[in-house]
Amino acid sequence: MNVNAPIALKKVDSSVGVFQAMVSVFLRDVRVAFRQRQDLLNPLLFFTMVVTLFPLGVSPEVAFLKQSGAGILWVAALLSVLLSLDHLFRHDFDDGTLEQLMLQPQPLFLLVLAKTMAHWLLTGLPLVLLTPVLGLMLHLDGNSVATLCLTLLIGTPVLSLIGSIGAALTLGLRSAGVLLSLLIIPLYIPVLIFGTGTVAAAAEGAQVSGYLALMGAFLVLALTLAPFASAAALRISLSNS
Amino acid sequence: MAFESFSAFLAMEGHGPYVWTCYAVFVVLLAGMVFWSAKRHQATYRMCKRSHDQQARKGQAKPKAAATFTRVEISQD
Amino acid sequence: MWQFFHKLGSPKWFFGIANRFMPWLLAGGLILLAAGLVWGLAFAPKDYLQGNSYRIIFIHVPSAFLAQSIYIMMASAAVVTLVWRMKLADVFVKSVAPVGLMFTFLALFTGAVWGKPTWGTWWVWDARLTSMLILLFLYGGAIALDRSINDEKSAARAVAVLVLVGVVNIPIIKYSVDWWNTLHQPATFKLTEKPSMAMEMWVPLLLSVLGLYLLFGWLACLRMKTEILVRERRTRWVKELVLAGRK
Repeated sequence: MNVNAPIALKKVDSSVGVFQAMVSVFLRDVRVAFRQRQDLLNPLLFFTMVVTLFPLGVSPEVAFLKQSGAGILWVAALLSVLLSLDHLFRHDFDDGTLEQLMLQPQPLFLLVLAKTMAHWLLTGLPLVLLTPVLGLMLHLDGNSVATLCLTLLIGTPVLSLIGSIGAALTLGLRSAGVLLSLLIIPLYIPVLIFGTGTVAAAAEGAQVSGYLALMGAFLVLALTLAPFASAAALRISLSNS
Repeated sequence: MAFESFSAFLAMEGHGPYVWTCYAVFVVLLAGMVFWSAKRHQATYRMCKRSHDQQARKGQAKPKAAATFTRVEISQD
Repeated sequence: MWQFFHKLGSPKWFFGIANRFMPWLLAGGLILLAAGLVWGLAFAPKDYLQGNSYRIIFIHVPSAFLAQSIYIMMASAAVVTLVWRMKLADVFVKSVAPVGLMFTFLALFTGAVWGKPTWGTWWVWDARLTSMLILLFLYGGAIALDRSINDEKSAARAVAVLVLVGVVNIPIIKYSVDWWNTLHQPATFKLTEKPSMAMEMWVPLLLSVLGLYLLFGWLACLRMKTEILVRERRTRWVKELVLAGRK
């Protein structure tokens, strides 16, 4: 490679603003994902299948489904996000894009944040959109479905953000998938508890704005802290390989 | 002493099995951890010692090998 | 002060210090633990509410204490690893994690067995037991991550990040599990939360807690020494140490 080339590259890049860089990383991830549409569809299929297992495996009785529907949907959504996390950095790691990202003058954690937001848009949001249909199949009433969608809307970005730390830590390891679940599931527990707890409170007719505010606090906390942790983890994983 | 006899101490008014299981598991696990850690330390230490002993013996047995290296370095000078 | 700090990072220096302290830690730990347990088992008065089953407290509470404080210690060492890249902090996190896992398991096991005569079931989804179970998962995750990365330095730093993320989450997990517990079980009998514990019960408990801490210190020193030997086996000071026949 030409000796002058990296310097020239740096000059061009530093003229690009941080926000602009984030937007371009975000758009790139969305574009790449739409070229591999099967990867987009897989978590949704998985989500639907896991939800189907509960009436088949436990009981199709309306009373049972009404009572545990919110929990089933939350657990299924959590597992689907977990399943899709493996792809968050994997392709970019394999083809070297990640190393290029690390060399950018823009702070890495912001670029990681952009990637995580793209991940949420492509997996978390479709799950939220699919939830009303599955909620009807589990005989949840309108009020519960609305609350459930709201909690998932706040909760799935938290899942993506926390998950990005695990994905970064397990990058390039042999049994990354199982390991990722082991590391991340304990950290998902508070979100799950508050997500399902809010729906249960709504079903009893209680005010849920307080619970939603708490979930919002989780989201803010994850937004501010998780990108730093994932960026640090990415640096460690890349220096390892 | 909170108990009148040794058999009362073992029985603990019916709670004996629970209490003694807990203590047994506690002692076994703790002792196992201590034993295992000590054993691993011994093994690691021996491994280190063996490899360094071997190296030391090698160094005494073949001083010539080292000499040839020095000679090559000098000839390059 | 800084010189001391740098010395603290030197494995060779640690070897000397550990060798000096370890006999005292072992002897003190064993004596205190034995005294506490014998006192608790045989001499402490019976609890008027739970009968003799409460005697499990003398191992349950120390195990739970250690399980939690080992994770906090690991998190402090993780900060040192990430900020100052100190070798000893890496070694500490790696060698101590299995011990923490063991104490967490012990706390869970003794809690479950204690639950049988007290609550009538082996397992209750009580807030404390559930938090402990999640702590067990956190330990398991840290150990699994450490084992699956081959390079020692990257493994140590990756585990450090994970442990720090975990320690930020622990209060949140604790709070949410407490909230979840009140949601599902409005009134449960809480283990270890006794309004008035007699002096004769406090003293043996304190003795066994102290004893177990000392014993943990001994275990940590021993396991750290092993890990240091593995990592530094090619260095000059290890060679001198080994050839001189010292341990």
